[in-house]
Amino acid sequence: MTATAVAAPTKGPLHRIRIFMYQKVWARGLAILTLPVAWLVLVYLAPLVVLFLTAFWTTDSLTNQVVHQFTWANFQMVFTTPAYLRVIARTVGVAAAVTVLSLVIGLPMAFFMGRIARPRWRPILVALVLTPLWASYLVKVYAWRTMLGAPGGVVSWMLTPINKLFGTSFNGPGYGWAAVIITLTYLWLPYMILPLYNGLERLQDSMLDASADLGAHNVRTFRKVVLPLIFPSILAGSIFTFSLSLGDYITVQLVGGQAQMLGNVVYDNFTLNLPFAAAMATIPVVVMVIYLLVARRAGALEDL
Amino acid sequence: MHSMRLLKVGAGLAAMALVIAGCSSSSGTSGASASPGNGLPKLSAYAGPVGKGEGVLNILDWPGYALPQWTKPFTQATGCKVNVKDFGTSDQAVQLMHSGGYDVVSASGDATLRLIYGGYVAPVNLSLVPNYADINPQLKMQKFNSVAGIPYGIPHGRGANVLEYNTQVVKPAPTSWNITFEKNSPYAGKITIYDSPIFIADAALYLMKHNPSLGITNPYALDANQFAAAMALLRQQKPMVANRWSGSTQQIQDFQKGTIVAGTSWQYNVLTAQQAKAPVSSIVPSEGATGWSDTWMVWSKTPHINCAYDWLNWIVSPQVNAQVAESFGEAPSNIKSCAYTTDKTFCKQYHATDAAFWKNVWYWTTPTARCVDGRTNVQCIPYDQWATAWSQLISG
Repeated sequence: MTATAVAAPTKGPLHRIRIFMYQKVWARGLAILTLPVAWLVLVYLAPLVVLFLTAFWTTDSLTNQVVHQFTWANFQMVFTTPAYLRVIARTVGVAAAVTVLSLVIGLPMAFFMGRIARPRWRPILVALVLTPLWASYLVKVYAWRTMLGAPGGVVSWMLTPINKLFGTSFNGPGYGWAAVIITLTYLWLPYMILPLYNGLERLQDSMLDASADLGAHNVRTFRKVVLPLIFPSILAGSIFTFSLSLGDYITVQLVGGQAQMLGNVVYDNFTLNLPFAAAMATIPVVVMVIYLLVARRAGALEDL
Repeated sequence: MHSMRLLKVGAGLAAMALVIAGCSSSSGTSGASASPGNGLPKLSAYAGPVGKGEGVLNILDWPGYALPQWTKPFTQATGCKVNVKDFGTSDQAVQLMHSGGYDVVSASGDATLRLIYGGYVAPVNLSLVPNYADINPQLKMQKFNSVAGIPYGIPHGRGANVLEYNTQVVKPAPTSWNITFEKNSPYAGKITIYDSPIFIADAALYLMKHNPSLGITNPYALDANQFAAAMALLRQQKPMVANRWSGSTQQIQDFQKGTIVAGTSWQYNVLTAQQAKAPVSSIVPSEGATGWSDTWMVWSKTPHINCAYDWLNWIVSPQVNAQVAESFGEAPSNIKSCAYTTDKTFCKQYHATDAAFWKNVWYWTTPTARCVDGRTNVQCIPYDQWATAWSQLISG
């Protein structure tokens, strides 16, 4: 063994730490992950826990300040008032409708982008799909508010020739639930298209060729081969549309007319009755946790 | 993996520790702590004298109360640069005062008591506001701006919540609130109401005149029976309402576009819409109306106390009070301001000194369990239950 004249390293504490880190794999893992986990705990977990705890407190009747007195009353009010149960049901319904509508519109677009368009055009198409995200949320919703306003809006103006033809006086959906679903679909469509595009692009041509060879025509191929393969992508896109719609309250205020969603109940109450708003706010968290567990089971989270 | 499990446990414990640390501190309010049952917080008014301004004043006001026409001269005269934040409802005002940072606030009667008892506003030293002497005596030391003989603010002006209507669609011109409340209104689907629990008082006011058997004498003093009747009227009205408003801008746009043809409004909204050539007009209907009498109050923890008192004296000086009143469309509080309005009939139009008119206008007041009409044989519904009932009404 070649012996180079090297002085033995000093056995200080730094040396011992180095040896320790070298030998124990878990110590290295811990060191790398500490900062991100600390961030996660401070920014995400701690506020959620505080939110959940606040739901068990109550408020002073006159000044609306939070009083640290344990009570079940807030959760009781959420689960036993028919009005609030209706709000929760309607909110989940709107989120589901937005997801389905985004899928119906987004799948053909993603299919064209991912499989039919020439590879040269694909980055441009992706950029075009993403461009609406550059405009601010409020600008887009206000644009829809102006369009849907009946009688003076763009939608009712576009329907005038049809109305003249059929002698009807339909001014468009106006403000209401339909307007909310349309606007939310428009807002979240890019988030649905992108995962679908990724999934469809990765689909191998050989799969489709094999299916055709075995005698399946287009629709059968689509149903039996394509859909199962892109199901994780569909789930991934739906996580975005579902969770974003679940908590929305600004769109509802601007184009919803009299509609109330879960986010509005929280918004209306957090000034005067923070514990009740907190109780209400834990509902979408629970819904999304369940949804994400189901999605993870189905393998959707690998495709993000 | 060993380290992953360790991390999960560590993260959970850290979250718990943070929460316990956070919980032991106060609930993060910016006023003196007022636990229930303590009564009036012990705050004292600024002793004075009003000295050199601190250079900055943060104003929290109803939209239209602090426009550049009179804040710029204020800054020139006192050196206090003005930052203005608008709010749309009294609940928003209370919430913004909770978070703090605003030196003066123009509070209506349904916010004042909550701010006073919550310790967010301090008593006002009237000797430091020379223009207070000329304030209309009808507005001095009222139930909504003073408690136990201690003044908590300077009266700003008052107005009624008028019925605004589209002159081309609503024919003949309305004389009653019935076009917004009765089941078979020809304008169903194009009605707007104010988006705040305090609107329940408007329903109660309607019942006061149209259902006298209920025995309502004050729309803010409702026992369980009367409250249920008011809520029933609102539920009946709900299908006819297109939307609720709290932001003047959107409501003005709705009237301009024709989405709304009738509803509760402020004179400020009517004047702004008319300036934009919208075909609207307004009346105070035969049943009377709810209204508001606003008070300028000083934040109990303001670092700009001298600028605050400069503002109090400025905003109720005769010329400025006249400017604000004409611009917003309300009755000024300073009786000398009637000489300074550009329209010489303004004060008469707005009933600035006509006590009989204001008997039919019910200023926004905080409903409390102890009935504000003086009844002692029943308990009235306090405001937090108004808010709960309202939230349930609009939710479903």
